[in-house]
Amino acid sequence: MVSTHELQGAKPPFSDERLKEVQAIISKFPEGRQKSALIRVLHMAEEDFGGWLSQETMDYVASLLDIQPVEVYEVATFYTMFNMEPTGQFVFEVCRTGPCMLVGSDQIIEHIKNRLGITKVGETSADGIFTLKTSECLGACGYAPMLQCGKVFHEHLTPEKVDQLIEDYRAKYAQLKNQN
Amino acid sequence: MGRKLLLEHIDVPGIETFEVYRREGGYRSVEKALKTMSPQEVVEEVQKSALKGRGGAGFPTGMKWSFLAKPEGIPRYLVCNADESEPGTFKDRYLMEKIPHLLIEGMITSSYALGANTSHIYIRGEYMFVLDILEKAIAEAYEKGFLGKNILGSGYDLDLYVSPGGGAYICGEETALLESLEGKRGNPRMKPPFPAVKGLFGCPTVVNNVESIAAVVPIINIGADEYLKIGTEKSSGTKLISASGNLVRPGVYEIELGLSVEEFIYGDEWCRGIANGKKIKACIPGGSSVPILPAHLITKTAAGETRYMSYESLSDGGFASGSMLGSGGFIVFDEDQCIVRNTWNFARFYAHESCGQCSPCREGTGWMEKVLYRLEHGQGNMRDIELLEQINKKIEGNTICPLGDAAAWPVAAAIRHFREEFEWHVTNPQEAQTRNYGLLKVTETL
Ligand SMILES: Cc1cc2nc3c(=O)[nH]c(=O)nc-3n(C[C@H](O)[C@H](O)[C@H](O)COP(=O)(O)O)c2cc1C
Ligand code: SF4
Ligand code: FES
Repeated sequence: MVSTHELQGAKPPFSDERLKEVQAIISKFPEGRQKSALIRVLHMAEEDFGGWLSQETMDYVASLLDIQPVEVYEVATFYTMFNMEPTGQFVFEVCRTGPCMLVGSDQIIEHIKNRLGITKVGETSADGIFTLKTSECLGACGYAPMLQCGKVFHEHLTPEKVDQLIEDYRAKYAQLKNQN
Repeated sequence: MGRKLLLEHIDVPGIETFEVYRREGGYRSVEKALKTMSPQEVVEEVQKSALKGRGGAGFPTGMKWSFLAKPEGIPRYLVCNADESEPGTFKDRYLMEKIPHLLIEGMITSSYALGANTSHIYIRGEYMFVLDILEKAIAEAYEKGFLGKNILGSGYDLDLYVSPGGGAYICGEETALLESLEGKRGNPRMKPPFPAVKGLFGCPTVVNNVESIAAVVPIINIGADEYLKIGTEKSSGTKLISASGNLVRPGVYEIELGLSVEEFIYGDEWCRGIANGKKIKACIPGGSSVPILPAHLITKTAAGETRYMSYESLSDGGFASGSMLGSGGFIVFDEDQCIVRNTWNFARFYAHESCGQCSPCREGTGWMEKVLYRLEHGQGNMRDIELLEQINKKIEGNTICPLGDAAAWPVAAAIRHFREEFEWHVTNPQEAQTRNYGLLKVTETL
């Protein structure tokens, strides 16, 4: 299994370009309020450092923003978007809330489980490529059922579309692996 | 039928760019306000328009603005609530994604009215792709001189920023949002002090929904008198409705307030009826937090009068036989849907989203979820239905923020209108477990 970490090979610190972005975010807020940048910087850290927030990553973010590590931990664990453990390369987050359920999100979840050979939501496929999660309403109720993967919303899902998605992401994974 | 004030130009190719948006008449409200009106006059115009907040509570926007404290030497903030997490609601995303400059224009005109020189848009983290769209549009607005220093030579300065959340429904509650924007956990604050006095960074702050801020644009453009002619006497203007569930054509629609519910569900121009030729069983007209209505109370009120899409008509009959317009998250259930299952689903949502600060909400939402799970899976008894009602009463009104009430009301309404279905789950445990009204059985346990 190739873990995300190995694949992206990334650990703190940020690149110089990213550090400039962090500075720009901090400068949106008044003097002494640099903590306001925290959530955005955590999203960036997750993106750059293997798709999850290790203690090393969080401590690094704390030092960047000149705040206590515990201030980072308590925020990281409050918000559902942050992964506190390593995940597969791609995380499928299927919306499970009412409006999606009305048009078949349960079936989509079952279908993904079968296709990926996993038994429970939260698990990662044996090849380490996919993690299946569920989420609450993602603001796509009229285009349901749907799932989010990274920044992208995949909407109007059917079992056939899900099969295609899995294939597409597998191909993307192979490409990433080749580059490394 | 119906005038479009927000989505009029939505189908124009390239409307997401400054150039096309401007060509279609965009940014006129900024010119008009900054060049011909004083901030106070803008506030008065919005007050006169009777615009009600589009985020869910329906509080008059102009009145909220007039409450903003204005101590000398302390900055004031306008914060746009783009957290949009109320199940069934996706209109703000649609607006920001398709026509981002409308929100930016509204932010400039509104910030001018409030005397804010820095304003923030707080957007749910899951909408990161929308954040990218907004930042691109904001950069264009800076470049064209509509943001930054001395806008249009008026002497008015404004900086506008977007910040993402991290995934938490509670951050839609305005004080939780402010906490989150300050980089903290989204725990709602005790009120008072209200944000109008002590908001972002301890400074006077107005928090408004995306659609409320966008609506300021047409109000300034056509004037409050003209705006008042649209809609009904008590619900002025237009409203974005997010339609979802078992409809032929779900999606976001801009309606003139006062359109009949029947027309909206069945009309050709709107949702075109129930999918797969089925009949309607129930409807939640304003997002998951408002009471569910059974078939006979959707298009007609208890008194047999036509029900309209307006604040007053949807709430006609109070909680006994009415509901609320709320955020305009219009969720439709066909005849095969299981009310108990849906009630459980939403209870799970609220239990998941409770911030955990107050015990009645933290514990109560968890209990409700468990009891509803039992009932739905044929493991409940009749006392469970009473138990739900008791838990409800314990939560209602005993919490820091309204999430507790938002969790309790839908359960109470479901039991009120569909008690037999809850009882059926108790008397037919086998069938309740196997028959899922067309839905797959959930294989996972709690
Ligand atoms: C639990 C909870 C969630 C809320 N979520 C949202 C939301 O996602 N978007 C929103 O605009 N308002 C939301 N609100 C309402 C806000 O607290 C606030 O009233 C609103 O942003 C004011 O804007 P308006 O007056 O323009 O409607 C929520 C309130 C509560 C209690
Ligand atoms: S009511 Fe619930 S969500 Fe609101 S502050 Fe209390 S625990 Fe948090
Ligand atoms: S319920 Fe799934 S996106 Fe809203």
